[in-house]
Amino acid sequence: MNHLPQAWGRPRDDVYGAYDNSHFQTAGPNQHTQSPIVTGTSVVAAKFKDGVVIASDNLASYGSLARFTDVKRLRKFNENVVVGFGGDVSDMQYLDRLLNSLDIRENYASADDPLNAKNLHTYLAKVMYKRRSDFNPLWNHLLIAGLDGEAKPFLASADLLGTTFSSPTLATGFGAHLAQPIMRRTIPDEASVEKVSKDEAVKLVKECMKVLFYRDARSMDKYSIAVITKEGVELSEDEKLENQSWAFAEQIRGYGTQTA
Amino acid sequence: MAAIFSGAPPQGGPGYSFTQTPTAVPSGERQHGFYPYTDNGGSTLGISGADFTILAGDTRSTSGYNINTRYAPKLFKIGGEGPDNKGARIVLSVVGFAADGDALKERLDTIVKMYKYQHGKPMTVTACAQRLSHILYNKRFFPYYVHAILGGLDEEGKGALYSYDPVGSYEREQCRAAGAASSLIMPFLDNQVNFKNQYMPGSGTGHNLKTKEATPLSRGHVEDLVRDAFTSAVERHIEVGDGLQMMILTKDGIQETYTSLKKD
Repeated sequence: MNHLPQAWGRPRDDVYGAYDNSHFQTAGPNQHTQSPIVTGTSVVAAKFKDGVVIASDNLASYGSLARFTDVKRLRKFNENVVVGFGGDVSDMQYLDRLLNSLDIRENYASADDPLNAKNLHTYLAKVMYKRRSDFNPLWNHLLIAGLDGEAKPFLASADLLGTTFSSPTLATGFGAHLAQPIMRRTIPDEASVEKVSKDEAVKLVKECMKVLFYRDARSMDKYSIAVITKEGVELSEDEKLENQSWAFAEQIRGYGTQTA
Repeated sequence: MAAIFSGAPPQGGPGYSFTQTPTAVPSGERQHGFYPYTDNGGSTLGISGADFTILAGDTRSTSGYNINTRYAPKLFKIGGEGPDNKGARIVLSVVGFAADGDALKERLDTIVKMYKYQHGKPMTVTACAQRLSHILYNKRFFPYYVHAILGGLDEEGKGALYSYDPVGSYEREQCRAAGAASSLIMPFLDNQVNFKNQYMPGSGTGHNLKTKEATPLSRGHVEDLVRDAFTSAVERHIEVGDGLQMMILTKDGIQETYTSLKKD
């Protein structure tokens, strides 16, 4: 220890070289998130006749390292809304705190007529768009699932650029490539939502989580799933993938040391 | 802005009591890795007639090769009553970066609504058109990345159509195509609406050829042109498809239609 308190707790310059101070707020320009660090992978969701199912696994990756294996990426906002987070986990935690303060403020204002999924989507989309316009994005892709003002199923997305869209089925990240085609087979349009029951929708989303685990290297077999209906939110945060079939793996030829 | 005590050693010199402190900071200038725009594909078009204006746009939203959704409208009623814009007489279509498009729509809509409350009369399309130009130019150095088309009826009841570039240059036109398939649709419109490269049959040869004079088209004919333009664009452009949203503005108000397009 030396006599300069500024140096305490930092790597010694004589051992590690000059300390890079650029991440401190000094005279230079503000530094913003330029890339995500600890990330969550896909979120998948589908509407059915009485509500919405949404799921995401419990993994937070640090690059290719499976860093945190018990991270809940679905957040229940109230009895009407669940938000699913893909992308940077620290930005997710910031948004979580933001939603907490929003909820407290709203409950002081009035207890009847709570915020619905549509309200919350508008709010989050504006937060995301404001942050991208400030060149300080929240590095997330969000799915907002729940019921709208008329108690109809609502599902929409908002991303780090503030882009928003809504569809009977939605998936972020890898799921947009792998899960969306599977879900669109059953629920191609708004009209077919009426024909899908809760059990069918849950089965479909669980099947997608399985496919994602097979093919997404940054995924995990432990996941969270939530069903939002008029009865409220059923959120389970410690599901395990069932009936995995790795038989297809035997058929794969042409990698590694095998001779085809 | 900067904290008075940041906890950091003084910059540009040794902060510690060691004499052999290396003074070079490891990194140089940091690069910004965030690009605030994206292209959500799709196409829009507008045609104005003698007593009507038609605006149309496909409803596909894309990012790269992905289809975000098959129904994301690009046409917005401006300045009506309530959230459904009842009784609106102006329509804005935006194509390009959808988030900017939504932001632009909301700004113009509140401005036109506020105008009505403050002046006790609806805003004319001419005024609205100029205001939209100003909104776009106000963000000249961080533009709304959209191609806007504004439609309505002018003070004489004639069809009015204004098209914009992202920084607010604008012009009143008979017809305009914008967005991903604009290069496919616009030449078709030049030929079929303004009769470019069309001549009167048997009017002579060479320089004696008489050009076919542009005359206002009937509403039914224009609707057919719009449908043809989009069904053709769908065949040749991957970012166009799923559905066709049309808004037909007449003195009786706005009629909205939806027809499906190929989903491949």
